[in-house]
Amino acid sequence: MASTHQARRSRVPSTARSLMSLSLAAGLVSVAACSRAASAPGGAPSPAGSMSATPPSPDPRVGLRAGLMEAGEATWNLRVLSKTPPTGQFFGSTNSDLAFTGQYAIQGNYNGYQVWDISNPRRPTLRTAYFCPASQSDVSVYKNLLIVSGEGLTGRLDCGGQGVREAVSKDRLRGLRIFDISDIARPRNVGNVQTCRGSHTHTVLVDPKDSANVYVYISGSSTVRSAGELPGCVSAAPERDPNSALFRIEVIKVPLAHPEQAAIVSSPRIFAGLVAPAKHGPTREDSIASVQIAAVARAQGAFTAMAEGEEMVLSSRTVDPMLDSIVAARGGRGAPTAADSAALRAALPRIVAEWFGDSVPGQTGPRPGPTQCHDITVYPAIGLAGGACEGYGLLLDISDPAHPTRIGEVADSNFSYWHSATFNNDGTKILFTDEWGGGTQPKCRATDKPEWGADAIFTLADRKMQFQSYYKLPAPQTPQENCVAHNGSLVPIPGRDVMVQAWYQGGISVFDWTDAAHPKEIAFFDRGPVDATRLASGGSWSVYWYNGVMVSSEISRGLDLFELTPSAFVSQNEIDAAKTVHFDYLNTQGQPKLVWPPSFSLARAYVDQLERSNGLSADRISAVRSALASAERASGAPRGDALTQLATELDGDASGAGDGAKVRLLAGAVRELAATSR
Amino acid sequence: MIGMKPPCAREIAAGLLAVVALAACSGPTRRAAAPAAPPVASASAQGNAAAIAKARADSARYPYTAADVHFMSAMIGHHAQALVMARWAPTHGASPSVRTLAERIINAQQDEIATAQRWLRDRRQPVPEASAQAMAMTVDSSASSGHAHAGHAMQMPGMLTEAQLTQLDQARGPDFDRLFLTFMIQHHRGAVTMVNELFATDGAAQDESVFKFASDVNVDQTTEIQRMQQMLAALVFEKRAP
Repeated sequence: MASTHQARRSRVPSTARSLMSLSLAAGLVSVAACSRAASAPGGAPSPAGSMSATPPSPDPRVGLRAGLMEAGEATWNLRVLSKTPPTGQFFGSTNSDLAFTGQYAIQGNYNGYQVWDISNPRRPTLRTAYFCPASQSDVSVYKNLLIVSGEGLTGRLDCGGQGVREAVSKDRLRGLRIFDISDIARPRNVGNVQTCRGSHTHTVLVDPKDSANVYVYISGSSTVRSAGELPGCVSAAPERDPNSALFRIEVIKVPLAHPEQAAIVSSPRIFAGLVAPAKHGPTREDSIASVQIAAVARAQGAFTAMAEGEEMVLSSRTVDPMLDSIVAARGGRGAPTAADSAALRAALPRIVAEWFGDSVPGQTGPRPGPTQCHDITVYPAIGLAGGACEGYGLLLDISDPAHPTRIGEVADSNFSYWHSATFNNDGTKILFTDEWGGGTQPKCRATDKPEWGADAIFTLADRKMQFQSYYKLPAPQTPQENCVAHNGSLVPIPGRDVMVQAWYQGGISVFDWTDAAHPKEIAFFDRGPVDATRLASGGSWSVYWYNGVMVSSEISRGLDLFELTPSAFVSQNEIDAAKTVHFDYLNTQGQPKLVWPPSFSLARAYVDQLERSNGLSADRISAVRSALASAERASGAPRGDALTQLATELDGDASGAGDGAKVRLLAGAVRELAATSR
Repeated sequence: MIGMKPPCAREIAAGLLAVVALAACSGPTRRAAAPAAPPVASASAQGNAAAIAKARADSARYPYTAADVHFMSAMIGHHAQALVMARWAPTHGASPSVRTLAERIINAQQDEIATAQRWLRDRRQPVPEASAQAMAMTVDSSASSGHAHAGHAMQMPGMLTEAQLTQLDQARGPDFDRLFLTFMIQHHRGAVTMVNELFATDGAAQDESVFKFASDVNVDQTTEIQRMQQMLAALVFEKRAP
């Protein structure tokens, strides 16, 4: 049964914010973060699981044999646990995003979704295959609900596979499908929400103050539906029509007890007032000041034009040649007369409108910012969300989930169009991905710039973002491989910021961004192209860490599972500590706070890190390891006492140590372990 | 209608059954024809899996229409003109930001031309060339002119007239910047119009790659229009008070 979109008559907030800053964010300088195919001297590529601190050279990802199911593979510092092809109608149809619940990985596909039991990661088995076509079929789970996005024109309310021929049709579904998966073998479609632009992706947000409902942010980037198909959808810019679907995201409230009543509750204009990528938000004072400036300038004879409802002063560099043309046109010479100036003033509105591509003078000037977000990652534990919205990375306050508000924005002078956002666990960094080429194009060729199609890493302090660096897959890929930064998640190695990310046919890349200015690859997997002779779509759409393994949805080849192997960059203890982090369910765009339960692996992981960074003297490292080992051999109160004593010693070590902060982290972990021993 | 496929039994079955939910077997997963054991797989087995996937993709492909063919063909010509314009940036004294933008447009639209050509070739449709020479022949803006230029009888929204192209080619420095931005805004808006016309046509953009291509063009070029408008404003207006 369908819930239809309810038309909203929301007013445009009459923001007095200044709409134009004439200095673009020149502060973002392109930095080539990585060189391609590290050409260190030395011959053969390192074998998988090597303890070498230098990446294999030549890079084994170059020159891999092509093939759909039998392509050549290159692996570094991780191992393949399983590769499982799609089943039935899902083979030959695009696999898309992943969500997880319990032992299941739910893999979206343009034909619906497959539910995989991954309790044995070496042998995933199909639990359910649900045929219900719609692109892109991005999936999320919450308790007994599965939510699926539909955006393409062929999605049908009845899940049929015949498409929808008419441009306007009551059979079409563009928006969300909601399933009850209490019996995951028999999902039931319990509700649908139609939206104006469909749903390219969506993000589920749980409001801790509202246990009866769950919220879904919809990002729709496609064409707006006609009012004939869905009343209330309008395609005009918002200053012409306050109901316009073009400049908003939709927030849907899903009553958990009655998901069939799911409906849009608000359409926040988080894009209002966004024109130039300003370093700080324009203030009301700025706007008032600009009115005064324009008035003064006009009194002094300057030329002004209306832009976005504000009067802007044209530079003399722009105006002087125009006046000269008017003089020349009447056959005159020398300085322009008052009549010439008057003629220019009369013509200016139309001229400026033409420059900006507007047919209506007075409505000219820059449109207010991005028209939609591609993806929004919420991090409820810190009350923030990162919206990747074409030209901007937006920072949103989500303390009121039904009404997200924008508190910051960044844009890239390299013209990156951002796709998704990931926070680090502490909330002190944010990463935006530039999905240049939309995922269908080869953007990892040696000729493609390293700052395009890459990740942009920012530090985040006092809710302000500051650009630090780009990260891009270091290995060049062929022109037959669609490749660009795509979806990924944090790898829960304690004390570090490590991410695993999909790069389509670039494979998957694991990189450390603890040092935000110098991100570094530490593991990878890649296959050769699906087809060596032509660009055939394939590669990893998403790869996420879930309960000890990395799960990748491969567009053409199915489901790949991996685990990290010990290396010069990641120790066995760090891997073990990462595996202590457990999720009951996971939607990566609803970023969970990573919490490590007390364990010896956790403490040892920190010790390994201190050793790697010379953060503590070698003698102390050795002594700490012995103390941990002997504590582990004990139990009960003796163990607790030994650990408490160790923690006290570490407190003393901290002030003189190379990395006092990490020593304190270690002390804390040891103390927590002591507490659990008693 | 071009590309209409007679409904196959599988599609009919899918249509009849509103919901198809398959309970999985608890036994070994049914696998595609990929050999399980030896890594030294025979060439025929490799080819077999790929062929099956391709045939499956073909048969699952939604029918395409004349509007899809027209759109993909027209986009090639449309993009080719953008390349002509953008390639002038380095030689015509464009500012660094305009040069960067032009490079990105060139890279993006070259790849999109290749995608459109591949799409047409796969369907045995005529594949327009995207040469600069062909695109030097623009649509004449005079309404009375009905004659077709070689290879292109299509009137495409946003395309520059011969006079506009000449004007751009003759400009240098900030003048080039302003004209480039204004003309590229016009050009991009034309592309967006073409996308909107496509989506308004019955049966069009059912094909996933057309839908994706058109959606990406729409999103990318709309974003670029906004960015270019900002750049243009910075160019022609006085800086405002900080």
